[in-house]
Amino acid sequence: MESMSDMLKLSLAEARDKLRAKEITAVELTDAYLSAMEQTRDLNCYITETPEKAREMAKASDERLAAGKAGAMEGLPIGMKDLFCTNGVQSTAGSHILEGFTPTYESTVSQNLWDAGAVMLGKTNLDEFAMGSSNLTSYYGGVKNPYTKAGSNQALVPGGSSGGSAAAVAAHAAIAATGTDTGGSIRQPAAFAGLVGFKPTYGRCSRWGIVAFASSLDQAGPMTRTVRDSAIMLGAMAGFDKKDSTSLDMPVPDFEAALTGDIRGMKIGIPKEYRVDNMPADIEALWKQGIEWMKDAGAEVVDVTLPHTKYALPTYYIVAPAEASSNLARYDGVRYGLRVEGKDLNEMYENTRAAGFGAEVRRRVLIGTYVLSAGYYDAYYLKAQKVRTKIAQDFKNAWGQCDLLLTPTTPSAAFAMDEKIDDPVAMYLNDVFTVPASLAGLPGISVPAGIDKDGLPLGLQLIGPAMGEEAVLRAAGVLETAAGFSAKPALMAA
Amino acid sequence: MALDKQTVAKVAHLARIRVEEDELETLAGELNSIIGWVEQLGEVDTDGVEPMTSAVDLKLRLREDEITDGDYPDRVLKNGPSTEMHFYVVPKVVE
Repeated sequence: MESMSDMLKLSLAEARDKLRAKEITAVELTDAYLSAMEQTRDLNCYITETPEKAREMAKASDERLAAGKAGAMEGLPIGMKDLFCTNGVQSTAGSHILEGFTPTYESTVSQNLWDAGAVMLGKTNLDEFAMGSSNLTSYYGGVKNPYTKAGSNQALVPGGSSGGSAAAVAAHAAIAATGTDTGGSIRQPAAFAGLVGFKPTYGRCSRWGIVAFASSLDQAGPMTRTVRDSAIMLGAMAGFDKKDSTSLDMPVPDFEAALTGDIRGMKIGIPKEYRVDNMPADIEALWKQGIEWMKDAGAEVVDVTLPHTKYALPTYYIVAPAEASSNLARYDGVRYGLRVEGKDLNEMYENTRAAGFGAEVRRRVLIGTYVLSAGYYDAYYLKAQKVRTKIAQDFKNAWGQCDLLLTPTTPSAAFAMDEKIDDPVAMYLNDVFTVPASLAGLPGISVPAGIDKDGLPLGLQLIGPAMGEEAVLRAAGVLETAAGFSAKPALMAA
Repeated sequence: MALDKQTVAKVAHLARIRVEEDELETLAGELNSIIGWVEQLGEVDTDGVEPMTSAVDLKLRLREDEITDGDYPDRVLKNGPSTEMHFYVVPKVVE
């Protein structure tokens, strides 16, 4: 048996191999993580911990391992973003309005992971209804980033919306975790917490049973410590699901096999529009370094143009709130969660939703309602959908010249939890580099590639064409090896 | 176009979210800053451009119109804040 501290250091792929070689057991590994969760509780990574369920699942995994029936994720203890509905386990979406909601069904992605043998440690914290880039909009409190600036103990955000997942994996309170990404909610927190975060092609992972935010953008994906872990976990999450009308009906490739380390001859596009004003010098330098790493590995680097990039964020902030206002109409105090009584039905609805939604969710529902309302629909919503077509077309044009795009993931490193960001638009700018690929439905991965002057992690993003996950992972693996990211968070279980 | 307090109150009612009178001013300011910012889309020439309604090129699948799920009212109603005899209970809506 290995020590707890040694087990927590294992990547998902290493732990998988040791479990299969019977060098460790799923129960030992799970116990190590349950104890790590206790050690790191101050970070507020989890909204609900499920230790009993975890031990039960780990025991069943050990039986399957003994019987030689191990699945792809057998015995691996993961965090489940609390946006996935889990049968018999409270699922809050980070909102007061869903406090106590206990689904009687299981989301397809979580079911796929359990079927592959994964062990659930608990439900991870997130921005309310996945609306945010800081995890500060969660009704269940903010999450602390396990990383701090060198020589400082000021608490930083882990990014969002999958902030609890990011912090848990970085602090070794989960071997990996699920995320969902609507405009950057996997990739931005991965960049802030020194992790690999992969949003696959829209439709790769079923949306069934994931609390809906913006249905034409929402996509699940893995948050892991390595690219190989990402490939393994995505393979277990993905797959056609007839319960999701936009699920891609195509086979799931062996993503791990795509990690050949060979990108010779691959064409990597560098979009000039991603050079934004006031970009920190550290990020600019890291991007340049990334370009050199790609060249050194034998890839050809080409300059490309995505002329409508600057319109992606404003397009997103019409489309996503519009879809959210429609999706969130179901929280009416009748079918689940919170109810605040009123003198009649309308007043009950209004009281319930006023008490149940936080400030950011309310703001987005109101914006969405406004842009969809009579007289404004064409001017805002239809216009945004047309610009979205042009943004998607920019990418299609780029694929004529290159195989993948390389960009920074975020325009800054993690910021402080108490940094008052009063202007909602300033907060939205966090997603400037991640939103375009979301609008176009394309796979995008963030790879930890370096640190800034304060020692905080920075990520580089690779974007591929639809269904191009294998090429994205292959290049991400090369980037990971070249970068040799070795920073460790200040707060980490051991 | 600038949203005034009255418009915000109207939109809040459409969205069925109670907003207190003393919050309208601040909220109008915030919504105006967002709406003002998204209005830059007006610069983009979208004449003859089809609106994008799906993130990937796919045809929606059709299936036989048949019952494939259901018959478990207890499970469906389990999370209702107020239920009775396999029904959701709401405030009286007809006089």
